[in-house]
Amino acid sequence: MSVGIAVERKDALAKVSGRAKFTEDFSVKGLKHAVYVRSTIAHGRVIKIDTQKAREIEGVRAIFTYEDVPKNLFATAGHPYAIDRAAADVADRLMLTQDIRLEGDEIAIVVADTELIAHRAAAQVEVEYEPYAALVTPEAILAPDARKIHPGGNVVGAHSYEVGGEIKTAEKEAEIVLEGEYSTAMVQHCHLENHIAYAYMEDGDNIIIVSSTQIPHISRRIVSEAINFPLGNIKVVKPFIGGGFGAKQDVIIEPIVAFLTMKMNGTPVQLNLSREETIATTRTRHPFYGKAKGGMTREGELKFLDLDVVSVTGAYASHGHSIAIAGGSKTCTMYPRAVIRYNAKTIYANMPCAGAMRAYGTPQVVFITECLMEDMARKAGIDPLDFRIKNVGLPGDTNPYNKQKILTHGLQECLIKGRELFDWDGKKAAYVDKKTGVIRSGIGVACFSYASGTYPGNVEIASCRLILNPDGSVHVHVGATEIGQGSDTAFAQMAAETTGINYADVKVISTQDTDYTPFDTGAYASRQTYVNGQAVYKAAVELREKILSYAEKVTGQAKEALTIAGDRVVYHAQPETMLITLRDLATDSYYHKNRGGQITSEVSFKTQTNAPSFGCTFVAVDVDIELCKVTIKQIINVHDSGKIINPMTAKGQVHGGMFMSIGAALFEELLVDETSGRIYNNNLLDYKFPTITDMPDLDCAFVETDEPTSSYGVKSLGEPPTISPAPAIRNAILDATGVAPDRLPMSPKNLFEQFKQAGLI
Amino acid sequence: MFNIEKYSKVKSVSEAVSLLEKNPRARLIAGGTDVLIRLREGEEDYTELIDIHDLAELMDIQKRENGDISMGAGVTFSQVMENAIIKESIPVIAQAAGTIGGPQVRNVATIGGNICNGAISADSAAALFVLDAVLEIERVNGARELPVREFYLGPGRVALEHGDVLKAIIVKQENYAGYGANYYKYAMRNAMDIATIGCAATCKLDGEVIEELKIAFTVAAPKPMRAQTAEDGARGKRVTDENIEKIAALVMEDLNPRDSWRASKNFRLQVIRILAKRVITAAIEDAGVQR
Ligand SMILES: Cc1cc2nc3c(=O)[nH]c(=O)nc-3n(C[C@H](O)[C@H](O)[C@H](O)COP(=O)(O)OP(=O)(O)OC[C@H]3O[C@@H](n4cnc5c(N)ncnc54)[C@H](O)[C@@H]3O)c2cc1C
Repeated sequence: MSVGIAVERKDALAKVSGRAKFTEDFSVKGLKHAVYVRSTIAHGRVIKIDTQKAREIEGVRAIFTYEDVPKNLFATAGHPYAIDRAAADVADRLMLTQDIRLEGDEIAIVVADTELIAHRAAAQVEVEYEPYAALVTPEAILAPDARKIHPGGNVVGAHSYEVGGEIKTAEKEAEIVLEGEYSTAMVQHCHLENHIAYAYMEDGDNIIIVSSTQIPHISRRIVSEAINFPLGNIKVVKPFIGGGFGAKQDVIIEPIVAFLTMKMNGTPVQLNLSREETIATTRTRHPFYGKAKGGMTREGELKFLDLDVVSVTGAYASHGHSIAIAGGSKTCTMYPRAVIRYNAKTIYANMPCAGAMRAYGTPQVVFITECLMEDMARKAGIDPLDFRIKNVGLPGDTNPYNKQKILTHGLQECLIKGRELFDWDGKKAAYVDKKTGVIRSGIGVACFSYASGTYPGNVEIASCRLILNPDGSVHVHVGATEIGQGSDTAFAQMAAETTGINYADVKVISTQDTDYTPFDTGAYASRQTYVNGQAVYKAAVELREKILSYAEKVTGQAKEALTIAGDRVVYHAQPETMLITLRDLATDSYYHKNRGGQITSEVSFKTQTNAPSFGCTFVAVDVDIELCKVTIKQIINVHDSGKIINPMTAKGQVHGGMFMSIGAALFEELLVDETSGRIYNNNLLDYKFPTITDMPDLDCAFVETDEPTSSYGVKSLGEPPTISPAPAIRNAILDATGVAPDRLPMSPKNLFEQFKQAGLI
Repeated sequence: MFNIEKYSKVKSVSEAVSLLEKNPRARLIAGGTDVLIRLREGEEDYTELIDIHDLAELMDIQKRENGDISMGAGVTFSQVMENAIIKESIPVIAQAAGTIGGPQVRNVATIGGNICNGAISADSAAALFVLDAVLEIERVNGARELPVREFYLGPGRVALEHGDVLKAIIVKQENYAGYGANYYKYAMRNAMDIATIGCAATCKLDGEVIEELKIAFTVAAPKPMRAQTAEDGARGKRVTDENIEKIAALVMEDLNPRDSWRASKNFRLQVIRILAKRVITAAIEDAGVQR
């Protein structure tokens, strides 16, 4: 037994003792350092570039500009290749660009002996621009005479649908109709380890890239496309990684380091972005501007939700409109019995480029939906929790968007469990007389749904190779990447559970190397436990079968009577009687002269299901009206993520996700000047990422449904925890103050404006 | 990687003073928590460093016979927070020290570096202002004393000339004995942040009447400021909610906060008004009147 137990993470000791090796920790002989020359304006075109002065600095090895890179546009989003080219990601990038689309766009790159020299040289490169007006607000970007940020225009993608009936009819049936406008801010992942990669060449014609990436196999393909180099001669290695949250589900710096080493005769070149560069020029979360309308009956039956959103992708498409598509679809699983219309548009802007970020558009659309739901409940005079309990989906409901039956739907159960754990009704009564004075108290709730992968939008392919080592231990090779979320541990638990071999004897090879790691598309979409878990299961069943068959060969006992118990093969019926140790069995398989062979199993499997996961947040806040400050007194997330593989790491995921959402709710916002496109706060002093002292105690609980489409009953948990805290906090602030914040973050300076407008101060 | 071209670790203040004299480009480094930030940003005027950190003569905290307290400029904020003399006699300094950065920063950042850096947000400044601290500054041809209120000249500018070393900070007994005090740092997060507004007050009471109130703000003007008009207005007033509101309203007379993308002027004015009220109230309570 290993699944369902809080075993220690496989990487815990390596990480806390500082022995885990990250990209920057490998020493490479003769390593050179690259630093970008970045634009100082947000929109325009380079008309002259002079690198002469920079080249004269001692220690400078090479300088390349936009004139030197291949002119084939490539797409950077970390998606599997789309055989249907109409569904391919937007190819709008060059490695270095003459056309400037954000402050900090990459014009040229300097390679030098040290980072310091490279920085000084980069500052000496002289650039002249033809500047254009920066386009930052949706109004300016969509104005009929607005300059096209990319040749194809300023709209990256758009789609709309109406499901579950007709809005027109539902609007007539609705007795209460409400409209609202809600928006979310541009935030950044703030992963601990900035983007970093280095590359060198081996044996003349192979490029090796070591990178802090979530997607080594995808990275290999995109590098191949960007630099016109054969895929089979590129190898991407992913060592330990210090967080990604989606910012590394994008191929950002791997092409340029590969290009540099190729141009420089195989010299190893590293690019190690600073925090400032990482925040401003890698990826952010798309800000969303939503117009929403909803209708219900007086009794509290939700009739329709009509959402119209604009998503801003910034300077380049990256994941582009996929974010708005994915974000919108979740509402249909939450409230599947209502008519839902969703109308979305993704636009370019002269701002930092947005890409994948934990929960992929869903926090934005759920914020809009759950603000609207709250405001409707209040207008109808119905308890917002009762309103949700009444309208959320139930097991057996059909998702009106994809017409799939929802087999396990634990949302209502989560709400009911949370009601008790949080003492919603007790608090509600206790807070009635805390709505006046300087400090006011309130409670809020919000729900969410999510998916367990990207199918049918993308292929969901995963692989697993298991090897029985001569000492009886097992190696697990998976293409799914450990990025801090605990997937290696979960896979080891699964392999141990299904084979019967001790968890301690199962080792997951944590470093992916595309030369020998089996194919998987990587860490994103909370897919790995659900999708790769199936490959692990199938490979483990096969390995177990092979071990027992070999045991039959060695011992002469019928394999049907045998089973694996920890480190040995035993009789089913008499587990205490050892037949043969795995060590002896494995040694025999390797070294017996006339029988056996290495016992391995290998599975590559495509998952063609996608189970929705669910949950909700309950929160109690105090609001200091005079100082415009919110203090969270209690917060709890309740999740239906199917069966929990490891209660300890699951809790860690939830805590981390809640932290991020609290940051987005109360603190974080990457600010861009609306007229110049200047980025104000791309550093951790001015970008108010919360500290541990700003965090309340984080609570969580689980409702364990048993998802039949997955191997261990699991559903997604990586991203979901970061969806519902922000709207729940917003709803609690509304409960406390009577003021309904309509945009994120609800930071003191933003609350000040709203409290002032409402006459509270 | 930092662009440090020259570096000397000195053994005494006098050595630092004479090295500074000889090297016009040399700058002092104490804890380095401001200097290294500038170096990281590629600033060229900190490439020659004279290191004074850990100098015993800069790390002394003592109460003199006359009751005055002297703190070496090289005392770290962690030491300030833990020092018995400070906790006993001028706890408002320890309170301010506790709001700085995080534990790692406080373990190296010095109180001298904090004010010599000249930031209008320096968290020790407001407390030193209401304590009317005096600075002992050493230079080649002798030492001088300067009230901290005259030290700040403008954003990033202080009354130090090349060759000056701040040696100690003195708080006279008459400025702390019998006073209640409080400091409040208003920032966007609880740690690792610079103040949006900082406010310190000390208050001496005669029964229920305010005998003396001192109140100072950071980030509320181009340099840390005492709100003199409010202080004058407070003298002789009874402690009532109404009077505190009135005194708080007067602080604006001496302040002029900025309007910036970090915080609007109106928002800062709101925070100033509320902090004035709350910090005065807390100082009064500390002085012994329960509110
Ligand atoms: C992460 C972080 C968080 C921070 N948080 C805060 C905060 O919350 N509040 C706050 O106020 N500050 C904060 N700071 C700024 C900084 O830590 C303080 O200003 C600190 O007190 C500086 O002291 P230091 O010894 O490190 O100075 P240094 O960096 O060594 O020196 C600063 C300046 O003072 C000069 N100097 C130093 N000692 C002397 C001396 N004895 N005589 C003459 N000149 C001298 C130096 O030449 C230099 O110009 C923070 C800094 C960091 C990096």
